[in-house]
Amino acid sequence: MQKQDRNILVGLVLFLAIFPVLVMNVGTVGHYLDVMIFVGIYALIAMGLSLLMGYAGQISLGHAAFFGLGAYTSGILCVQLSLSPWLAMGAGAALTALIAYVVGVPSLKLKGHYLAMATLGFGVIVHIFLNEEVALTGGPSGFSDIPGLKLWGFSLDDELRYYILVWCFVLLALIFSLNVIHSRIGRALRSLHDSEVAADAMGVETSKFKITIFVLSAIYASIAGSLYTHYVGFLSPSSFDLFLSIKLVMMVVVGGMHTIWGALVGTWLLTFLGNEWLHVFHDFDILVYGGILLGIVMFLPGGLVELIPRLGRILKRT
Amino acid sequence: MEKISLAGQLIQYIFTGITVGSIYAMVGLGFNIIYNVTEIINFAQGEFVMLGGLFMVFCTATLNLPLPVAFILTIALVTGVGAMMERSTINPVKNATVLTMIIVTIAVSIVLKGMAMFAWGKDPYIYPPFSGSEPVFIFGAAVQTQTFWVLLMTAVVVVLLTLFFKRTRYGKAMLACSDNPEAARLMGINVNLMVLISFALSAAIGAVAGAVITPISLMEYDRGALLALKGFGAAVLGGLGSFYGSVVAGILMGIIESLCAGLLSSGYKDAVALILLLLVLFIRPSGLFGSVEVSKIKKFG
Repeated sequence: MQKQDRNILVGLVLFLAIFPVLVMNVGTVGHYLDVMIFVGIYALIAMGLSLLMGYAGQISLGHAAFFGLGAYTSGILCVQLSLSPWLAMGAGAALTALIAYVVGVPSLKLKGHYLAMATLGFGVIVHIFLNEEVALTGGPSGFSDIPGLKLWGFSLDDELRYYILVWCFVLLALIFSLNVIHSRIGRALRSLHDSEVAADAMGVETSKFKITIFVLSAIYASIAGSLYTHYVGFLSPSSFDLFLSIKLVMMVVVGGMHTIWGALVGTWLLTFLGNEWLHVFHDFDILVYGGILLGIVMFLPGGLVELIPRLGRILKRT
Repeated sequence: MEKISLAGQLIQYIFTGITVGSIYAMVGLGFNIIYNVTEIINFAQGEFVMLGGLFMVFCTATLNLPLPVAFILTIALVTGVGAMMERSTINPVKNATVLTMIIVTIAVSIVLKGMAMFAWGKDPYIYPPFSGSEPVFIFGAAVQTQTFWVLLMTAVVVVLLTLFFKRTRYGKAMLACSDNPEAARLMGINVNLMVLISFALSAAIGAVAGAVITPISLMEYDRGALLALKGFGAAVLGGLGSFYGSVVAGILMGIIESLCAGLLSSGYKDAVALILLLLVLFIRPSGLFGSVEVSKIKKFG
């Protein structure tokens, strides 16, 4: 891990520690803790996508499906088989990893962006499956009464405890991802983002690394799904539709897809926008989303994090 | 009502399949045209079809224009949208990676979808078929006359495109761009203009598809994504870059989808085409008619 990353990480941990104290004592923003739990859940997925997009140069439009697979595997195993939630979470991650591997291998062996369409198609198939297999998934109306999480007999049922749990997962994944980025795989991935042919010629096994990152990102999404299930306690297919996949891509792009910190910034902004600030637009929030994505990708391709060094320079000058 | 025989039912499904398949074929053609010139996969391709249907509603029901005028005006309007999309979002983004361009087209598709919802709301729309709603009976199957319009228009599109690419200067210049944009530029071809034409042309084809299918399948603001996906399936199945391939593959996909929906399960109707898409990617990514060599050279294929 590099020094700069370590400093930001320390800053993030401090912010996370202070955040509940700040919002819980102010009545009007007390529910921001709840929103922050969702930020954490989506951040987990966005980080994986950021690795895939920013470092492997590939795009997935089906991460809502991996999120859904994790969520439904957890929910179904806990409710129908009364399995321990932690075991179910592991099972979900394993199943998702396997499926991601099967979808990823053929599409990533090809050059270019077949993965985009393959994952998009896969996402729609999973969504149809969740709607149609009523006996297993409850169909369009979903199913509820999913038990909460327990850790060493300690029930994680209030918001603060769940907040701590979710963000512990995020921080672990973040540290792991940072290590991946600065490992051999990370360097290889960056080389293939610049020029796949050159990387190939230097003996970098491009497709192998891309598949590794794709599967890793699917596992992140699956774990996020399990965390979501046990927090919300209710599942229905509409939470895992195509638009969520696109929103996840947006989180990465808006924050800045060339650094993993961008994913955190983008997730934070879009989740608060979606859960809190866009209600005035009702269904027309889709126009706002489209406008934001278009504006960022055209005029600020490095995402919002690109503004930070610029701000720094402006501050220095004055 | 008479009992319909199994054979009659099959013929019915096949006709339905050919009809929707023609639409996938046209969406696939649109993908191919843009892809050939720019190597961009245009995720807003399905939105052109959706706009075709809804502009047609606007021209016939709101403006009360006669059908041929409405049809031509619709194509002109959607072509304008395609050209505007290229000028305002694709053209200004210089030196972008293919990944960035894909995200741009996704963003445009969301914006177009949002605008359509703003203008027409969430309800599906329909207008009367071009030549009456009385079905024709063929081998015991009731076939809507609109089906023949769909087939006719698909044929017209294919013939016009062939003529365009084989006989006209612009068409040949576009083919040159798809072979090698740098070389084309050096030979004095205005690549910039060719990209603009490719988007306008794709939008026009999408508009035709949307205008002819709406009397059969209705149209609403969020239909684009699935149409794009299936059209892309047709393009890949036919071999990305191959025109006739995507027409054959699109119709084939439509027939398989319709047969599965009729005989197996209607709930999984939309999944059939997508599973087919994934299978092709797994087994024969160069498509049924594309060559393996080409798919290795091309950035996307």
